[in-house]
Amino acid sequence: MPATNKPGTTTFSTPSDREIAATRVFDAPRRLVFEAYTNPKHIPHWMLGPEGWTMPVCEVDLRPGGAWHFVWRRGDGDEMAMRGLYKEVVPPEKVVSTESWGGEWPETINTLTLTEDNGRTTMTSTVLYPSKEARDAALKTGMKDGMTQSFDRLAEYLQSLA
Amino acid sequence: MAADPLSATFAALADPTRRAILARLSSGPATVKELSAPFDMSGPAISKHLRVLERAGLITRGRDAQFRPAQLEATPLKQVAEWAENYRRFWDASYERLDKYLKTLKEQEKKNARHK
Repeated sequence: MPATNKPGTTTFSTPSDREIAATRVFDAPRRLVFEAYTNPKHIPHWMLGPEGWTMPVCEVDLRPGGAWHFVWRRGDGDEMAMRGLYKEVVPPEKVVSTESWGGEWPETINTLTLTEDNGRTTMTSTVLYPSKEARDAALKTGMKDGMTQSFDRLAEYLQSLA
Repeated sequence: MAADPLSATFAALADPTRRAILARLSSGPATVKELSAPFDMSGPAISKHLRVLERAGLITRGRDAQFRPAQLEATPLKQVAEWAENYRRFWDASYERLDKYLKTLKEQEKKNARHK
């Protein structure tokens, strides 16, 4: 099991051949983490990825069957959008939703779970692809972005998987 | 498998012992005997894992018939690491921001409680 009792470290893993999961501990009660994660008032303040992106569209209808729609924009006008439907909403512990980037991206089912211990919240975010092939295709698309990665990070990455 | 190397890589990486073997090999080649000790596993069990890793192209074995030291092959792991880096970069940056944002939310709540 990953040692993620400390806040500030994200652990990524592949729990099955159709999934990718991220785990992180936040130094806040889960009621607040749930708010930050699901309230459109809060989401555009942090869910921005690397520097340089804003989130001009953040629509959330947080109930089973309700839709969500996020659009990110970079200074040079480049845009990224994704949307989906909520399937299960259990405040403040669980949200299951579908996610689609459009085009050839496969639709995924994303599960967010929050557990609280001593005022700290452990977040696990799992992305389930329709098939192993779809997950691996998504991995390849991610790689097309031309990221260059130094081999030095390998040991660190393997540790995060272990 | 050659048509989809990344799938083979992920299948091989799905096992914690194999990941640990790779982590060990990232600091240099090792023989089956050398790998058996830290993992508290029999030679044949280690050899089996090495065969899976070899088929996935993650390691190569030396020619020396008796020892055949295993060594890490960089390319497939680099591909996985590149993808992972991309994915984690988005979320790491976001989560770092969320850490700070949660702090301000907590402070706001405290302030609001005092004003009541």
